[in-house]
Amino acid sequence: MEKTINVNLKIWRQRGPKEPGQFKTYQLDKVSTDSSFLEMLDMLNQQLVEKGEEPVVFDNDCREGICGMCSLYINGHPHGPVQGITTCQLHMRKFKDGDTITIEPWRSAAFPVIRDLTVDRNAFDKIQQAGGYTSVNCGGAPDANAMPISKEVADIAMDSATCIGCGACVAACKNGSAMLFVSAKVSQFALLPQGQVERARRARAMVKRMDELGFGNCTNTGACAAECPKNVPLSNIARLNREFIKAKFQD
Amino acid sequence: MDKMIDSTPIMKDYADMESVATTTIDSKIPEGPVAEKWTNYKAHQKLVNPANKRNLDIIVVGTGLAGASAASTLGEMGFNVLNFCIQDSPRRAHSIAAQGGVNAAKNYQNDGDSIYRLFYDTVKGGDFRSREANVYRLAEVSNNIIDQCVAQGVPFAREYGGLLANRSFGGAQVSRTFYAKGQTGQQLLLGAYSSLNRQIEKGTVKSFNRREMLDVVIIDGRARGIIVRNLVTGEIERYAAHAVVLATGGYGRAFFLSTNAMGCNGSAAIQAFRKGAYLSNLAFTQIHPTCIPVHGEDQSKLTLMSESLRNDGRIWVPKKKEDAEAIRAGKKKPTEIPDEDRDFYLERRYPAFGNLCPRDIASRAAKERCDAGYGVGTGNAVYLDFKYAIERLGEDVVRDRYGNLFEMYEMISDDNPYETPMMIFPASHYTMGGIWVDYELQTSIKGLFAIGECNFSDHGANRLGASALMQGLADGYFVLPYTMQNYLSDQIKVPHFTTDAPEFDQAEADVRARIEKLMNIKGTKSPDEIHKRLGRVMWDLVGMGRTLDSLVKALAELEEVRKEFYSDLRVVGKADDLNTELEKALRLEDFLEMSKMMAIDALHRNESCGAHFREEYQTADGEAARNDEEYMYVSCWKYNGENEKPTLYKEPLKYEAIEVQTRNYKS
Repeated sequence: MEKTINVNLKIWRQRGPKEPGQFKTYQLDKVSTDSSFLEMLDMLNQQLVEKGEEPVVFDNDCREGICGMCSLYINGHPHGPVQGITTCQLHMRKFKDGDTITIEPWRSAAFPVIRDLTVDRNAFDKIQQAGGYTSVNCGGAPDANAMPISKEVADIAMDSATCIGCGACVAACKNGSAMLFVSAKVSQFALLPQGQVERARRARAMVKRMDELGFGNCTNTGACAAECPKNVPLSNIARLNREFIKAKFQD
Repeated sequence: MDKMIDSTPIMKDYADMESVATTTIDSKIPEGPVAEKWTNYKAHQKLVNPANKRNLDIIVVGTGLAGASAASTLGEMGFNVLNFCIQDSPRRAHSIAAQGGVNAAKNYQNDGDSIYRLFYDTVKGGDFRSREANVYRLAEVSNNIIDQCVAQGVPFAREYGGLLANRSFGGAQVSRTFYAKGQTGQQLLLGAYSSLNRQIEKGTVKSFNRREMLDVVIIDGRARGIIVRNLVTGEIERYAAHAVVLATGGYGRAFFLSTNAMGCNGSAAIQAFRKGAYLSNLAFTQIHPTCIPVHGEDQSKLTLMSESLRNDGRIWVPKKKEDAEAIRAGKKKPTEIPDEDRDFYLERRYPAFGNLCPRDIASRAAKERCDAGYGVGTGNAVYLDFKYAIERLGEDVVRDRYGNLFEMYEMISDDNPYETPMMIFPASHYTMGGIWVDYELQTSIKGLFAIGECNFSDHGANRLGASALMQGLADGYFVLPYTMQNYLSDQIKVPHFTTDAPEFDQAEADVRARIEKLMNIKGTKSPDEIHKRLGRVMWDLVGMGRTLDSLVKALAELEEVRKEFYSDLRVVGKADDLNTELEKALRLEDFLEMSKMMAIDALHRNESCGAHFREEYQTADGEAARNDEEYMYVSCWKYNGENEKPTLYKEPLKYEAIEVQTRNYKS
């Protein structure tokens, strides 16, 4: 049966990257506990629009936890208080009547705020462009079963490849490090036979690009993996460190 | 909705439309037996030499499976590619949400699969409303897709021996679906995105994010550029090229509630339509049978539960109406209904395919039971029960196969599917119809191509599961990069275009005027409010079961929604600034046009086929009654101006390799 709650929202509003931002508070009543968190924000925006005010801008798209677009920092946690899910998968039944909910954008030097809760994550694309691929052109690939890969290796590679590129790891890290993101991609290819040819070059190039883009250093606090909505394991970072050192020895 | 509407004027307007058709449609299907057409085509098509490729510019709009694979492959070949997406990164395109898998005719399972069988299943699954030659080519290149993706490092599921694993999907009797957990779309898209990134790094592809196409620019009858709105700054920008490729996805959000992402839209198709590209088979919209039912008014989207669940889940409703009523009233639990009082209606009606019958059939059967009063939940839901699979396989095996989907279900519905059956209901999911293209994937405008879901080409009246990913990648990796060269080969002497041409001035002025108009309505309703109203009209009257009356009524209601839009829309904020309300309003305006065309197409097609079920055309046992005599053609609609009737052209469909028959999933 449908239940509703009333909530107080404390939301970060900011016009642009160079402009100062501030928290604004909003009262929102009769929110169905079956609604998703983003549907709750839709309700708020509808009310703001009815008053002629500009809606709160937040990135979102698939609303089923896979596109990686939604990126809200809720009550001190990237993607909110529930582990292993994205913001769009969070439901209002996780909150109580009368709760105050604080909503902020990802905060990191490498992710400048565009408007309100929307940030620019272009730096992630740039890191991938540095080497997050196998250099094979379309056409001419050998038969897919020509190269057996053990189920175990394929499964671990899949766990690394699960990263949705949302940036929660960076937002969670006190240093704003992108190590979990970079290591997930480096790991996927380091594990698979397809990635061997460019293994060293890839680790070097992606780490170099990451450093150039203003991300912080990793101090192994593990906050990234704890807050990752896809539970990408911390062991990826250990693997990246090994890959990077091995690559350095090859220089 | 209860208003009495006089249907006569609308009927008079649309009933005699066919008589207008005169032009013959040239689909450029190559000569020869179906199995040799693509080979012959490739052997004789014109190519562009490497030195000339770098002098040719190509715009690709969209970065889903089709867009990203086309942009990267054209870049690898040496063309200059400009690639656009509305999201913050190419990796977010909605292809990413596909869960189940991708089909290919590898026959790795030794279960009798072949290119011909995949071709046959797809044509039959599409209820004989797709083009044989295109579908055969699709089946032919399906195997290359798997090879290419594995070479990219896509971590497909594997068996203990290290070889690739497969599973079954609806409409097939073989296991030909390759998958990566429940995230196949994501992994394939990330594969294409990685190839795209490689080309961006090399400089052959320039990537433009957070840009939305608002018009296509035609110069001397050829597509030569696009006008886009920068979604961060609100600036209107111009881009020129020798050819334009649309890879902009489907129009399923015309129903407002759908499994599509919030940003999915049919706008590029409507822009092309207004400039002369035909729209085809718009009535063919896929309603996916296994989605989580609607919970309330504030809902923004529906979540799909993968079709793979139908491998082991059994679908049922109570046999007795009083049980259904008791469940709806909360007085009974589904687990209290004994087996003999459960109606496994798919197994009952379709013994040969059972719970794995095609999507259109499964969706309609669910609606039929709910309409008859046997629905559970709000009345619009049926059960998908894993009790039997857990008894047969054990909970661990079920958890291993579907664990992540079960978790997702529990998160949304707050029910534990290990203990109580899931509730599911059909929802708008995919659009088989779209922009008309010929065999070369070129639209009726020269130099304008359409690939992936936004074209109409391969799925006929119904798409089989795991075939959308196949088509997107087939078009982008293996078809378009070839066929485009046939067009571009005589463009090599055409110098790089600039955006100074008067046609660009005009197109930009039109876009600005359109935005101005919407900003100045200054009414009281937000785009979402009007979109919800549109969605209700479409779902109730142009949804799973349509009738002559409902469609006539729909056209009248759509006119009302349109009036409300142009008189009472409110867009807050400014035009030359980041403005999410303006983005929604522009897309909604195009959905209004698209919805009207969907209703017209459904109204004109006096038959039932695939996903298009006109209730007055059904067999005695409630199956779709096709009318091959009169409707075995692709409808091609040409735009004639804002308040003018569109013209219908017909592309006849010929079946040479497959004998046309009534679809049978019973025996």
